[in-house]
Amino acid sequence: MTTVSTASTLGGTSSLRKAKDRTATTLIWLSFGVALVPLVWLLWTVVAKGLHAVTRHGWFTRSQRGITYREPGGGAWHAVVGTLEQVALCTAISVPIAVLVAIYLVEYGRGPLARATTFMVDILTGIPSIVASLFIYAAFITTFGGQRAGWLVSLALVMLMIPVVVRTTEEMLKLVPNELREASYALGVPKWKTITRIVLPTAASGIITGVVLGIARVAGETAPLLILVGYSPNRNYNLFSGPQGSLPGMIKDQFSNLGNTHVLINGHPATVHWAANRMWGAALTLIVLVMALNLTARLIARRSKVS
Amino acid sequence: MAKRIDAKNLNIYYGKFLAVADVNFTIAPRSVTAFIGPSGCGKSTVLRTLNRMHEVISGARVQGEVLMDGENIYGATVDPVNVRRTIGMVFQRPNPFPTMSIYDNVAAGLKLQTGRIKRDELDAVVERSLRSANLWDEVKDRLDKPGAGLSGGQQQRLCIARAIAVEPQVLLMDEPCSALDPISTLAIEDLIQSLKEQYTIIIVTHNMQQAARVSERTAFFNLAGLGKPGQLVEIDDTQKIFSNPSERRTEDYISGRFG
Repeated sequence: MTTVSTASTLGGTSSLRKAKDRTATTLIWLSFGVALVPLVWLLWTVVAKGLHAVTRHGWFTRSQRGITYREPGGGAWHAVVGTLEQVALCTAISVPIAVLVAIYLVEYGRGPLARATTFMVDILTGIPSIVASLFIYAAFITTFGGQRAGWLVSLALVMLMIPVVVRTTEEMLKLVPNELREASYALGVPKWKTITRIVLPTAASGIITGVVLGIARVAGETAPLLILVGYSPNRNYNLFSGPQGSLPGMIKDQFSNLGNTHVLINGHPATVHWAANRMWGAALTLIVLVMALNLTARLIARRSKVS
Repeated sequence: MAKRIDAKNLNIYYGKFLAVADVNFTIAPRSVTAFIGPSGCGKSTVLRTLNRMHEVISGARVQGEVLMDGENIYGATVDPVNVRRTIGMVFQRPNPFPTMSIYDNVAAGLKLQTGRIKRDELDAVVERSLRSANLWDEVKDRLDKPGAGLSGGQQQRLCIARAIAVEPQVLLMDEPCSALDPISTLAIEDLIQSLKEQYTIIIVTHNMQQAARVSERTAFFNLAGLGKPGQLVEIDDTQKIFSNPSERRTEDYISGRFG
């Protein structure tokens, strides 16, 4: 008769495994903390320094017309309008192109053209914003003889936004299960209609997220602003002529004049920091603007789903 | 109204690889035919060639003819989209469109095919299809809820309603009950019995008892050998196949000696 072993075969967790578990958990939490620290620090800094300017009366209705760097006042309206217009034109051009390219790559492309297209999109992903701006300058100002204006900034941003939206749209389209496409074909629905009425709506919320990510990437690009349009402290609603304000432009403009701090108050010298306040205010406005776009897009996506 | 299907010298290729060789059969209108056979023998492949769904996979092609009431669906001028409007298909796993409500799912085929349809006509079609699929009573009060919110058996019946809403002549069913429990399976088998009065039905099934219960004719497919293409071994009345088949291989499969 065999002797029964006194140790149970199931046993408890060995203390070595427990120690490894604790170490791994700690490391992961630490990494999370380390990743979170710069984000929280950044947000805190921007909010703390920018809140003063943003909460002043008229921040969202006035421009910087006639305001010198040593005095307070004015607002960021010219900059908000400029950024919104430039980004809106960029989005209107890039999103249709990018979504169509993604549809081609996922639903149709098989041969050398598809491989070449994917390769080109990869290259576009890596182009620095200043290089894209130089290209637009060379094409539209030097060769075609145009003037610096806001719409050229939009064109440069298009080159930066397209690869982001193509990649995320591709991923979202691939996530749509093939069975849905098959169900649609089996009903006698042609391929293009299957894509527009079944596949795209199913992938819609993911695509919208990708678009918002693209907007977040381009909204703060400063190189195109420096090269392709001048900064103006006045309101300019016209994308096609003249210098135009923009939020990154305003940040840089106030930044360049941070040294303008010495004034006389009642005859006594004093230092003021109005430019610094406005600079941080513009930065906070930019972050809030992108976040607002993000939330709006998510609300739209949620509402368009069948509840 | 329901059409007859003939396959003549059907060979199915994936690129250069011959998957199924030399299939010949005739399927009478308004009947139920079952395709049985072990996994990988080509029965689903053959089913898909009957409505040109295999073309969705790149490189898949067919030699030979498939005739619907004498008309070759692989003719040079035939549009596969039109073929699929006449020959519908229900898949193994229920796949209702997730962004659409129950009503929109059933109406999807009609709405996406033709242009404008009046709302009352659409209502009538949806009700008729859901009644035929034995689903109307369960969902009539929640037609605008998402299609994906139903149980598995209900979803499959929804897919059947969706398929018959476009009034096909032939209905192909690829293991429609594989993913369902016995009660839902019974519901669908009853449904098939009532549908066969209007449609020609071909059902692929792994379940031999189901084939025996549901079909009038049965076709047995098998691989010719290891690494060889699949082939149609025998097609005959269901009674005969299950009691006294002509081919030795059929008898081996039916009696469970393999597969």
